[in-house]
Parts: sequence; structure tokens; C-alpha cells
Amino acid sequence: MTEVLLDADAIGRAIRRMASEIVEASRGAGSLAIVGIRRGGVVLSERLAAAVAEQEGTKVPTGLVDIAFYRDDAATALPDPKIGPSHLPFDPTGMDVVLVDDVLQTGRTVRAAIDCLLDYGRPRRVWLAALLDRGGRELPIAADFLGRRIEVAPGAKVRVELGETDRAWLQPAPTEEAR
Amino acid sequence: MSGLPHLLDLRSLSRDEVVKILDTAEAFFEVSRRPVRKVPTLRGKTIINLFYEASTRTRTSFEIAAKRLSADAVNMSVSTSSVSKGETLYDTCKTLEAMHPDVVVIRHSASGAPHYVASKLRCGVVNAGDGMHAHPTQALLDAFTIRRAKGTLEGLNVTIVGDVAHSRVARCNSVLLRSFGCRVRVVGPRTLVPPHFAEAFDVETFHELEPALEGADVVMCLRIQRERLQDALLPSLREYSRTFGVGQAQLALAKKDAIVMHPGPMNRGVEIAHDVADGPQSVVLDQVEAGVAVRMAVLYLLAGGEEGAREAAA
Repeated sequence: MTEVLLDADAIGRAIRRMASEIVEASRGAGSLAIVGIRRGGVVLSERLAAAVAEQEGTKVPTGLVDIAFYRDDAATALPDPKIGPSHLPFDPTGMDVVLVDDVLQTGRTVRAAIDCLLDYGRPRRVWLAALLDRGGRELPIAADFLGRRIEVAPGAKVRVELGETDRAWLQPAPTEEAR
Repeated sequence: MSGLPHLLDLRSLSRDEVVKILDTAEAFFEVSRRPVRKVPTLRGKTIINLFYEASTRTRTSFEIAAKRLSADAVNMSVSTSSVSKGETLYDTCKTLEAMHPDVVVIRHSASGAPHYVASKLRCGVVNAGDGMHAHPTQALLDAFTIRRAKGTLEGLNVTIVGDVAHSRVARCNSVLLRSFGCRVRVVGPRTLVPPHFAEAFDVETFHELEPALEGADVVMCLRIQRERLQDALLPSLREYSRTFGVGQAQLALAKKDAIVMHPGPMNRGVEIAHDVADGPQSVVLDQVEAGVAVRMAVLYLLAGGEEGAREAAA
């Protein structure tokens, strides 16, 4: 029992719109950089960068950050076996950096990603782009560029798949009988 | 898979756990190359380096690793501690425990001392070298260096040259590399490569350098210690160097892309020639760099685990 939130066409339109909003906010792509938050934001950041490149005819620097070392529960949570290196092959100092994640919920991941980014330099501005905002914020963080805002029950899981077929869907929380 | 309770030797580590440590170290490797070489991961954690044996490099490496994780690292070395006043290891453990450390890193000249300490302390314990027994972070950093240089750990030809009998590095590396299906050849004079080693560690022993080097992917030189001369295990360093020193001529017997390793500190001109130590095939300094990343990974997996994971896993 799943509910489709965004199909491939809707995701494509959302990415193109967000890309043009980003370019407009940064007044061109000259000082723009796009950084995905591992792991959900990486593919989306590549798509956004490609859409910006298509619109502006110029490539923007891209990178990715892994937030495992910056988690506010790093000392108590189980170490994540899927840690990967951050990779920022450019100096973000003075740039407009767009952090990208697929689903925005508590905001804790974004807080950690900002801390990680700032260890590489001092960007002029840091923005946040997300495909879906499902609410449930625990920190004062908001998306600057958003695909769609959705209302979701707390236990439900929002899944985003960007690959051969793009789709975002909702897995409802298991009911009492299903357990 | 949860965090590790302790890191005492490699035999108690599964292959998956080795891979997990190496994969985690890959992420930490990048941290040391950033403009800000520090992450907040272990903020508020205390790590005590308890060194009963002099070791500037290993201690420094552990200290840097702890500091780059934002942990508070405290060094206790034998000359300044109460050991010289006759305190037992048991009492030292209890004293340390009262200070609530999260991890104790211990080096001791007695094999098994870290196991004893781990049984007495409620925090994580890392063996930083005990007697002739084990030195797990050295084997892990060697494995990390090999994997980076060769792309894999599986099925390589590794030759370990030197004082195998007294070397915890040789023991730990043999255990780890054999578990990844490497062919391990150990070579050295009969006094330093005991006959039982082959069976105990499932490796091949040689007493002549040339046949042991043929087709090697990795050549690991071990440090020759001057005490071996006093113990009459070696006639002279010069003779050792002539028969077992690795120079360009000997290295030519290994594969063209073979790498040369040394745990340091090197005796240049004894177990390794100058031009090999500084040559393009040497990864000695990569080992040092890997050491910090691997130790960060180990400390993270020990101190970053959930409360109670240690008791559950123990």
C-alpha cells in the first residue's frame, strides 16, 4: 500500500524550476556551487547542477558532504556502517553554496551539513534545496528552494528514488494488524 | 553491527569488522587533508594514552587521531607515572577508571597486558602493542595502505622480511592478510624466523631472501633491533644487511609495481637501502598518514557506540 507523491514528470519539472530559482537568487551561476548531502541528496544535487548547466551554459562546482561525524547524536547513536568521505574539490569561500537533500524533516541533518561545509571555508551564503518537505522540524531550518511541501503522518516513510525511473512515494506507518 | 567493545588483537576481529574499520578509515582519511582538520564527533569524550613502553610515533598518532575527533586526549607515560613508585597494573586501572575515560589506549611490554586491563575496566581498550603479541592498529593501517595502493586486499603476495620472531607487527599482519587469502612469505635468518611460525600463522617461511621476494606485490621490511646483537642472534648488522637487506637489486625480483613498507623507525642501510626507502615504490609515509585515519576509525567505533553495546558484545 503505497501512495505516489511525485512521478518522473513532476520530479523533472520540480528540478528545472528549482534550478532556475537558484540561478535567479544567485544572479547567474558565476559564484554558485551545489553540494549534495550524502546519501539522499547526492543524485538530486547532480540533477540540479545539470539543470543549472543547461540553463546557463556553464558548469558549476559540485561536491558532497557526509554528516556522520557532525551528528548531534554521534556519541550515542550506533556508528553508521555506511560512512563515506566528504568530497569538496573547491574552496567554498565567498561562494553561494546550495546544500541539497531529498527529504527535509527534523532539520538536524541540515544543521550537521552546514557545520561540515563551514570546515572547508566561509561561503558568502548557504542555501538549502529539498525535493520534499514533510514537516516535523526540530530546529529552526527552512528550505530556500523546494519541490513540494507534503503533509505526512509521523510514522510514515517518505521514499525518493532518482535513477532509471524517478519517483517519490509514501510508505504508510504499519497498522496494528500488519504488525 | 554495533560498535566494537575493544580492540585487543586481530584474531578476535571478524573479516567484516576489519572491512568496516578500513571503510570508516577512508572517511576519516579525508578529514586530515581538509583546511580544518578536526570533526566534532567525539566531543566530550576522554581518551587516555597509557604507554608503558617508549613509542613516540604510535603515541603521537593516537593523540592526533583523538584530537582530530575533538576528544580530550591525555598521555600517561611510564617515566612520569606512579608505576615507577611500584603501583600495580590493577591499581593503575582502578585509578584510571575513577576518572571516567571512554577509551584507554595501552602499550605494554608484557604480552596480554591489554587483555588484563580490558577485563578490569568498563571502558573501551585499544592495544597499541603488547610485548611480542599484537599491534592491531599497525596491521590495520598496513592493510589500509595496501588496499589503497593495490585496490584490494584479496589474494596478494606479501613478503615480510626481518626479525619475525620478535615482531608483533609480523604476527598481526600475518593473521590479517591470511584471512583475506593473501600468500604470506616470511623470511629472515634462522635465529629470527622460528620453525613453528609457519604452522602457527599459516604462512611460508624462508631463510634466503631471493626466493621469498619473487613475484611479491608487497614487501614489508621489519626493524632490526640492536638488542638482537647482544642476544647473539645476529653476528653483525653488516652481515644482516648483506643477506637480508632490501635494496634495488632485491626489489627487482618482486613485481614491477610492488610496494615497499616499513613500520618505522627505519634503520637505513640495514634492513632497507636508502634508495628503496626514498624510492617510488616506498609507501612508508603513506603508512604514517594511514595510521591517523585508522586510529580515528578505531576510536570512533569504540567511543561512539551506544551505551551498553560493550556489555552486550562482551
